[in-house]
Amino acid sequence: MRRRLLMGMAALPAAALLPRAGFAADKPATAAVNTTGLAVTDDTVTVGILHSITGTMAISETGSVEAEKLAIEQINASGGVLGRQIKFIQEDGGSDWPTFAEKAKKLLVNDKVAAVMGCWTSASRKAVLPVFEQYNGMLYYPTFYEGLEQSKNVIYTGQEATQQIIAGLDWIVKEKGAKTFYLLGSDYIWPRTSNKIARKHIENHLTGTKVVGEEYFPLGSTQFNSVINKIKLTKPDVIYAIIVGGSNVAFYKQLKAAGIDLSKQNLMTISVTEDEIQGIGGENIANAYACMKYFQSLKNPNNEKFVAAFKKMWGEKSVIGDVTQAAYLGPWLWKLTVEKAGSFDVDKVAAASPDVEFKGAPEGYVRIHPNHHLWSKTRVGRARLDGQYDVVYETKDLMEPDPFPKGYQ
Amino acid sequence: MSGTASVKTFFLSRKDVVCILILAVVIMVVFPLAFDNFRLNLVGKYITYAFVAVGLVMCWGDAGILSLGQGIFFGIGGYAMAMFLKLEASSPENTKIQSTPGIPDFMDWNQLTALPWFWQPFHSFTFTVFAVVAVPALLALVIGLAMFKRRVGGTYFAIITQAFAAILTILIIGQQGYTGGVNGMTDLRTLMGWDIRTDHAKYVLYFISCLLLIGCVVFAYWVRASKLGRILVAMRDKEDRVRFSGYDVADFKVFVFCLAAAFAAIGGAMFTLQVGFMSPSFVGIIPSIEFVILCAVGGRTSVLGAVYGALLVNFAKTTLSESFPQLWLLGLGALFIAVVVLFPDGLAGLYRTWIDPRIDRLLGRAKPEITGSIPPAELTETTR
Repeated sequence: MRRRLLMGMAALPAAALLPRAGFAADKPATAAVNTTGLAVTDDTVTVGILHSITGTMAISETGSVEAEKLAIEQINASGGVLGRQIKFIQEDGGSDWPTFAEKAKKLLVNDKVAAVMGCWTSASRKAVLPVFEQYNGMLYYPTFYEGLEQSKNVIYTGQEATQQIIAGLDWIVKEKGAKTFYLLGSDYIWPRTSNKIARKHIENHLTGTKVVGEEYFPLGSTQFNSVINKIKLTKPDVIYAIIVGGSNVAFYKQLKAAGIDLSKQNLMTISVTEDEIQGIGGENIANAYACMKYFQSLKNPNNEKFVAAFKKMWGEKSVIGDVTQAAYLGPWLWKLTVEKAGSFDVDKVAAASPDVEFKGAPEGYVRIHPNHHLWSKTRVGRARLDGQYDVVYETKDLMEPDPFPKGYQ
Repeated sequence: MSGTASVKTFFLSRKDVVCILILAVVIMVVFPLAFDNFRLNLVGKYITYAFVAVGLVMCWGDAGILSLGQGIFFGIGGYAMAMFLKLEASSPENTKIQSTPGIPDFMDWNQLTALPWFWQPFHSFTFTVFAVVAVPALLALVIGLAMFKRRVGGTYFAIITQAFAAILTILIIGQQGYTGGVNGMTDLRTLMGWDIRTDHAKYVLYFISCLLLIGCVVFAYWVRASKLGRILVAMRDKEDRVRFSGYDVADFKVFVFCLAAAFAAIGGAMFTLQVGFMSPSFVGIIPSIEFVILCAVGGRTSVLGAVYGALLVNFAKTTLSESFPQLWLLGLGALFIAVVVLFPDGLAGLYRTWIDPRIDRLLGRAKPEITGSIPPAELTETTR
């Protein structure tokens, strides 16, 4: 007993010294970890944050910015990356795709950032992609998206369409005996591609199921009465809705006003996270099913820590949606990859990315696939009145990302 | 030297020549020396907006036709160029992962299996160059004839042009299989085998834009100095009198509207080349209004003022948004309010009131030389 106490006492000062000593000893020389002139010094490394904080997308992208800043703060508190504290330069994409391209170029060419956490809409990603490929930058992109893309210079931390869609459809067919589906979407590439995958799956990969309608609405559209009438006439087993942004508010309110009760009528969405429900109102969407990889209510120790830290930093009232969580993964995955590669060089980071795993992910566990997307579980949540989701199903295994799905194109 | 004689023999006065030369030196010597490649490419983008602003000076400042739809023509010019570049970038080798190789990627995503007929001519560069100017000018001709022949003008015309801008955006976004939708046409790579993404190419394109802009400016001066230019101003100030003098007002309006459209379209094409993509966010109402703001800040009765306005406003936009990502829109708004309240004639007005007389005094001239350019609005008011 006494001996143990003594040893403990002796260990104390040593333990206090250890991190500092280890810090100096472990830290590799800047010239060795940065051979391409990135913004890396002996003590710091600079990354970029590129989201819209003004304009129509600001509402959606703010959560991502907050999550990225939280991750950076936590990484710095735990000793940084290769012994270097992360500094960030934030730029505003202004909800305008060309501005995204301009700012991406500025971050890469002028600021020489080691990586960029950023973009939200597919349009902004498409606008910056050539910039990242030309100037060899590294982008961590958080949004669930349509797939059909794969780049050495991008890590997609959200789900691509097949990951998000297929498990959810399988579940609702098995669990609810659904036979007929009505597909809805906002009119742009993500909903269209996603519904294409859903249709192929319903028609070719499931048995006895069919699509009874498919309609698209311009972005920002607020008139859904005619389609709601058609839904009432066709009585589909499932309304499959991929409506985005402000249109959601009108759509769910009008559904409710038309007397469609979501506790009796199945509705599945892949576009409404907790963030969107704040605008829609929990009472308008309660009992709808959402299919994605993360819900704030997820019960695991990682997530409880993450939610607590997020609320501590950004306020009790903040909610965390799927994309916010995916944005949080960006800085962490980058840190882990840099440490695996032992270098900040973009080529080495890109090459080291496959099989990097992050066990501290709030969603549980993620691993980077050689195609630069993430292995992740897919979950189905049922919306509650208070704007949160109850997780009612999760896939047993990690879903493999498949951005160019055979048989679905 | 006799001032009047010089007006008749040459449409540029000595002072005009000096001013245009100063502009040329600023954009083609000072900027390339002062800025690195990244900044210079940004200036190149601003220069393309200046084309639209010069067109607006002709259309709005001179002829009094306020168009809130210049984004239409800028966009069509840009899209025409983008179609050519996109076809070149979509060679079967580059697109072999698609279900249908050889067509642009967004068509493949939208389940198109063949190139639509109206895309076919854009394989030819000559046709593209022709289309860049001709398609917008033709559209302007149709809109202009429909409106001006029926004597639709003023506010109504402005609103209708705005409606056209909205319609075109909806059309582009809605027909995403043919146009790329909201994403626009991205990932443009080469122009007839010449990689437009390299720093060297950006440098060359910058100078081409500058030369074209100077060309447009000189052309604008020429029009303004001609009898045609004087009729335009007369029309702005007293349309009925011009009509009663036997002129067909509508024809002149259509002409100047088409001219402004063609200028905007050249700007749009150069924009696509320098920025490397085109998207519907350059077609709609917001950019159209931004173009009018550029012109207003620069001074809507001055061609060179509009060019400087375009440069200054966009410089402010970039620097403000880089330094204050959260607050920059407010700063930009304050700048516009300040300009409108304090200098209603824009930069050019400031120059005319404060700097120009001093230069004259310095050079020992009592009064400004009689020039071929349009007198400021106040003068025309008093001579009515």
